[in-house]
Amino acid sequence: MCLGIPGELVAFDDDPPDLATVDVSGVRRRVNIGLLEGEDLRPGDWVLVHVGFALSKISESEAQALLEFLEDMGQAYDDEIAAFRESNP
Amino acid sequence: MRFVDEFRDAGKARALAARIAALCEPGRSYRFMEVCGGHTHTIYKHGIEDFLPESIRLVHGPGCPVCVIPMGRVDDAITIARQPDVIMTSFGDMMRVPGGQGSFFDAKAAGADIRMVYSPLDALKIARAEPGKRVVFMAIGFETTAPSTAMTVLRAAEEGVDNFAVFCNHVMIIPAIKAILDSPDLRLDGFLGPGHVSAVIGCRPYEFIARDHGKPLVCAGFEPLDILSSVHMLLRQLAEGRTQVENQYARVVPWEGNPKALRVIGEVMEPRPYFEWRGLGFISHSALRMKEAYARFDAERIFELPGVRVADPKACQCGEVLKGVLRPWECKVFGTACTPETPIGTCMVSSEGACAAYYAFGRFSRERVREASRT
Repeated sequence: MCLGIPGELVAFDDDPPDLATVDVSGVRRRVNIGLLEGEDLRPGDWVLVHVGFALSKISESEAQALLEFLEDMGQAYDDEIAAFRESNP
Repeated sequence: MRFVDEFRDAGKARALAARIAALCEPGRSYRFMEVCGGHTHTIYKHGIEDFLPESIRLVHGPGCPVCVIPMGRVDDAITIARQPDVIMTSFGDMMRVPGGQGSFFDAKAAGADIRMVYSPLDALKIARAEPGKRVVFMAIGFETTAPSTAMTVLRAAEEGVDNFAVFCNHVMIIPAIKAILDSPDLRLDGFLGPGHVSAVIGCRPYEFIARDHGKPLVCAGFEPLDILSSVHMLLRQLAEGRTQVENQYARVVPWEGNPKALRVIGEVMEPRPYFEWRGLGFISHSALRMKEAYARFDAERIFELPGVRVADPKACQCGEVLKGVLRPWECKVFGTACTPETPIGTCMVSSEGACAAYYAFGRFSRERVREASRT
């Protein structure tokens, strides 16, 4: 929860506003990108997602490192991804 | 994998360890606090302390959002959940946190409608779908989750979803660090600053630690080499007689943080005069509450709450663990009466808690060491 999970931006939605589809470890869900105001965001960019909101834009290598770190957490990460899969704002 | 190697290379780790050892003053001992539970996890998982000289001790801090929620707040939330026509929602981590009268799981088993959500936006969605119910989101977390709660309240206000409410338990990292610095039973030489919290608040708020307390702080990433590099940066400052805020994790942490996130927190929430932290007691201006302008979304104004202070179970020493005074295995009930399956204290509940991390990883390496020394 306090640790963000990295997601790759796949597409932007205009309706409702501020939403974009990201891919997290193969799971695609919509997240809110309203907190990244002023960032130049394009499909293929990586963002750090906290409880359904993208909070930082990060590089691909950082995203891979973080994914590895989270996978190390084992059950906690599995639970987080399971919750993310269920979420659909 | 090809990316990750650069943060985990064993050769690089050994080289860093040698540079760290070379910077240690003979006869001096160092205590560095890692504020964030994610760092605690890396330290145990990868046996970081095995790379450090014995004169350096890493001390765990209070940076686990679930761990610091006092029992009385859990009881308050359960009181709300038991009201007729209420749906209580919260993160999965919250479900097993024990209050004075049981956990969310216990209350759910007894008939309360308590649902796990991944995001406050999911709670808002339930509110839209169930206009006849009052949907309350139990908001917890540091500055990493507070902007999400604030954004969700703003959306609820915009859409007029008036059956949505927030039970606000957001806490702030700076007052907690201040309380630890003022605590007489702990001597620290420096801090590893949290990674993702700093992505929101930036590096500037830590400057008082260097300026007023004369201690260095380095914002650190989560990979083993990040932790070692950050320890090296702390030692270099001390060796050169400097105390500054430095940013090892510039890959993710901008010096100024995320201005929009800070702006929405300030729009919806304000500091409380004081808030109780499990283990640390009452800390002034350390938590957030909803502003008057958003009173109609504030569960504390909508419901009458007992607000009773509940003392932690006598056997539980989470307080000492959260302050870094005790290490997890030094707690009397660690791994015996208190396990992740049946936690007595919060540090064993969350994966970001020091006890849960040590229970999952650290104890094995210690047991192996003990076994090796026996044979």
